Amino acid sequence: MIFNRPKSLLLAAIALCFVVSLFENHIQSYWLYVSYDIAVNIILAVSLNLINGYTGQFSLGHAGFMAVGGYTAAVISNQFSGSNPVLAAAIFLAALIAGGLLAAAGGLLVGLPTLRLRGDYLAIVTLGFGEIIRVIIQNMDAIGGARGYSVIHGWTNFFWAFGIAAVTIYVVVALVHSTYGRGFIAVHDDEIAASAVGINPTKYKVTAFVIGAFFAGIAGGLYAHSKQYLTPDGFGFMKSIEIVVMVILGGMGNTPGVVLAAILLTLLPEGLRTLGDVEHVPGISAEYPLGWIANTRMIIYSLLLIVLMLTRPQGLFTRQSARKNPKIA
Amino acid sequence: MTEFLQQLINGLAFGSILALIALGYTMVYGILRFINFAHGDVFMIGAFAGFYLAPRVAALVPMPSILGGLIVMAGSMAICAILGILIERIAYRPLRRGTKLAVLITSIGVSLFLEYAGQKFFGAAPRRFPALIPSYSIENIGGLSVSSNQIIVLGVTLALLIVLRFIVQKTKIGTAMRALSFNPEAASLMGINTDVVISFTFGLGSALAAAGGILFAILYPAIDPLMGIMPGLKAFCAAVLGGIGNLPGAALGGVIIGTVEIFVAGSKYSTYRDAIAFAILILILLVKPSGLLGKKDIEKV
Amino acid sequence: MLTLNKATIRFGGLTAVSAFDLAIGSEELVGLIGPNGAGKTTIFNLITGVYQPTSGTIEFNGQSLVGSKPHRITACGIARTFQNIRLFPSFTVFDNVRAAFHLRLCCDLRHALWRGRGFSAEEKEIAAGVFELLEIFHLGKLCDVPAKGLSYGDQRRVEIVRALATRPKLLLLDEPAAGMNPSEKHELMQLIQFIKDRFHISILLVEHDMQVVMGICRKIAVLDYGVKIAEGTPAEIRANPKVIEAYLGQEAKSQNAGN
Ligand SMILES: Nc1ncnc2c1ncn2[C@@H]1O[C@H](COP(=O)(O)OP(=O)(O)OP(=O)(O)O)[C@@H](O)[C@H]1O
Ligand SMILES: [Mg+2]
Repeated sequence: MIFNRPKSLLLAAIALCFVVSLFENHIQSYWLYVSYDIAVNIILAVSLNLINGYTGQFSLGHAGFMAVGGYTAAVISNQFSGSNPVLAAAIFLAALIAGGLLAAAGGLLVGLPTLRLRGDYLAIVTLGFGEIIRVIIQNMDAIGGARGYSVIHGWTNFFWAFGIAAVTIYVVVALVHSTYGRGFIAVHDDEIAASAVGINPTKYKVTAFVIGAFFAGIAGGLYAHSKQYLTPDGFGFMKSIEIVVMVILGGMGNTPGVVLAAILLTLLPEGLRTLGDVEHVPGISAEYPLGWIANTRMIIYSLLLIVLMLTRPQGLFTRQSARKNPKIA
Repeated sequence: MTEFLQQLINGLAFGSILALIALGYTMVYGILRFINFAHGDVFMIGAFAGFYLAPRVAALVPMPSILGGLIVMAGSMAICAILGILIERIAYRPLRRGTKLAVLITSIGVSLFLEYAGQKFFGAAPRRFPALIPSYSIENIGGLSVSSNQIIVLGVTLALLIVLRFIVQKTKIGTAMRALSFNPEAASLMGINTDVVISFTFGLGSALAAAGGILFAILYPAIDPLMGIMPGLKAFCAAVLGGIGNLPGAALGGVIIGTVEIFVAGSKYSTYRDAIAFAILILILLVKPSGLLGKKDIEKV
Repeated sequence: MLTLNKATIRFGGLTAVSAFDLAIGSEELVGLIGPNGAGKTTIFNLITGVYQPTSGTIEFNGQSLVGSKPHRITACGIARTFQNIRLFPSFTVFDNVRAAFHLRLCCDLRHALWRGRGFSAEEKEIAAGVFELLEIFHLGKLCDVPAKGLSYGDQRRVEIVRALATRPKLLLLDEPAAGMNPSEKHELMQLIQFIKDRFHISILLVEHDMQVVMGICRKIAVLDYGVKIAEGTPAEIRANPKVIEAYLGQEAKSQNAGN
């Protein structure tokens, strides 16, 4: 049990994030922003893992919740113009939470009507909800519509990004490691058996959607205050797919694996991009000899995805053997 | 009234293209029970195959002409059929015994690959699709203006649907397809070669998508490597709307979604057109969770 | 305790169960038999709310069960096993049984997140309860084995324990002896008796094996094509010509064919 003293672990993680954030000025800003992307993707993937991985409700609309949270938080924080750092932090937190709550309301809205749907039907309907949210934002002139929306404050920093990522991981892990939370997995494993032992599948599915959407909304808020510019197209279904890929590559219902996958898949395109900036490689005369890698990095990414899935269909970090050879205590 | 009829014709033309794509989704789903995310991109490749074939065909027969158009379309359908078969062989077949999720992800991988490779090799900017067939505008049939292209789209779609129906209902391989979608185990015990039937299904579905791509490019002649995404999603909605796995359902779903979308596009809510397909789908599924023509399957306990 | 009155269900054109009456008193052990496809499992599904009856009433301690969701019915005190075992495959034996403690849970989401004293106390209490139950059935040593790694017989037993963990007043067992050898069947008969006496509950048993049913049930109902054709003591059932015609005759035939 790595999860013996979970609360202390969480506090330690948050404290660590705070300490690192004090040294932020010493980190190259490019990599700093990449690290924010990593944290945002961890939050997204871990929260989606609660819905898709643990509860088994295949959702393809996570980016929609992220959009709701991002725009909400941005609209709130844009009203503020002061320089008091404490007040700014308080407003940031409030804006993030407000975004999370509105996204959670969206999760409820999506979760309730989709309960009767299973598998692929649910997938396409959640995808549809995500797209509808995107189109609605496109049509809202007050927040820039299709042109996009500027966010004044670049408040996201290492502390907020990774502190919240730690909280997300804590929440999901703490939940599934409780008798109450085993219900999520039971519903996934066998809904009929779950209800036969008194578990209400409806309640668990909706709860998973609401919690998952809440954190996706918060991730949206962090994203908004790191990029400082939002466009509806940034929250299209490709973004949802990207998150689903992290969950599946990490291993459904395997939180550490999903965290690792979120990190790797965020770094991969960035890493390939930086390879293009390498000026000389010994033995090759051309300038920028690795430029082709940068140019074809998305092709490489997609091929890698196919190959990884073909070779490790159960996820990168799920040990298959552990399941086949049970330990007899 | 004329306005209404006009929109109806435009809508039917667009809807019939969605129907062609939707058939591919539904056929694959009927047999393998998974969403082939790359299908919309096969549609895109179909359009680009036509784009590159057209000048070569023009060297042999005069273009634009009906014959030339048919040759280009047949060529593009053949190319995509092979592409579809290859995709299944390489990316899906090794996972056939695995989870559906794994296949879903490889299909997403294939989809991204086709899009990015398309951007790399065809260029990201839209290209102008050449005129394949002579195009006239038939004005003033009771105030309507119908383009010959729209009639061709409707006619070709109808012809393809009839051919498809014949293949599925009357041929040996079509019977095998139906058997496989009904009960894969029994089908293979009856001596049906599952691999062949699945390859055939992918080939057939991809050829239909290619035809859809050509027809789409004839109606809206600017093509780009990402053009398959939205029609693909909408066609998928159409397939689910009709009851996924059900061929007439897919055609019906395509026509419904296409028509309603064109009506919305012509109204003051035109900026919401991309959300319409999903809104219809969600509304219908709330009332009928298995789609319009889909069978309700109760889990046996 | 449980009363079915003219319970009927149709699937399309097929009437799977028609006008079925049954009464089970407290601490009674009732057998339900019938040839394949007679509708026995369907009756379980009607009682537990998996299917809703087309007509007729189902009452438990005076309260109608029609229209209730399965988990509500479990909460009322009816637990079941499944003909095609439905353990939670990704759970260990321990977690499978633990999941069935759900109904007694005082802690909810907030407690699970806060992890205060009340939470740890309850989790400990539940763990102790699970161990105790597993020990009663000598399954303690299998505690950490994943459900899908169990032998067939153990899976059946764990499923029974899981059902008991919901503290039912009525237990429905769907062909618990299926796939067992004679000595296992014998053990199972003792186990069922033991459960009834130790937990003071009623049991409705669906079983194809005549020896098992006749050996432990005092009352037996016979179903054929969804219709109840007989009800009575084992001796009465054995002597009933209709039953012999519908059921025993068939078995005799298949035995002859087997020989
Ligand atoms: N969901 C369903 N939809 C349609 N028909 C069903 C459904 N469930 C059961 N049936 C039909 O109802 C009839 C009774 O089935 P049931 O499973 O209750 O039989 P059984 O007595 O349990 O048989 P067995 O001894 O084989 O378990 C069968 O003809 C079966 O095909
Ligand atoms: Mg049965």
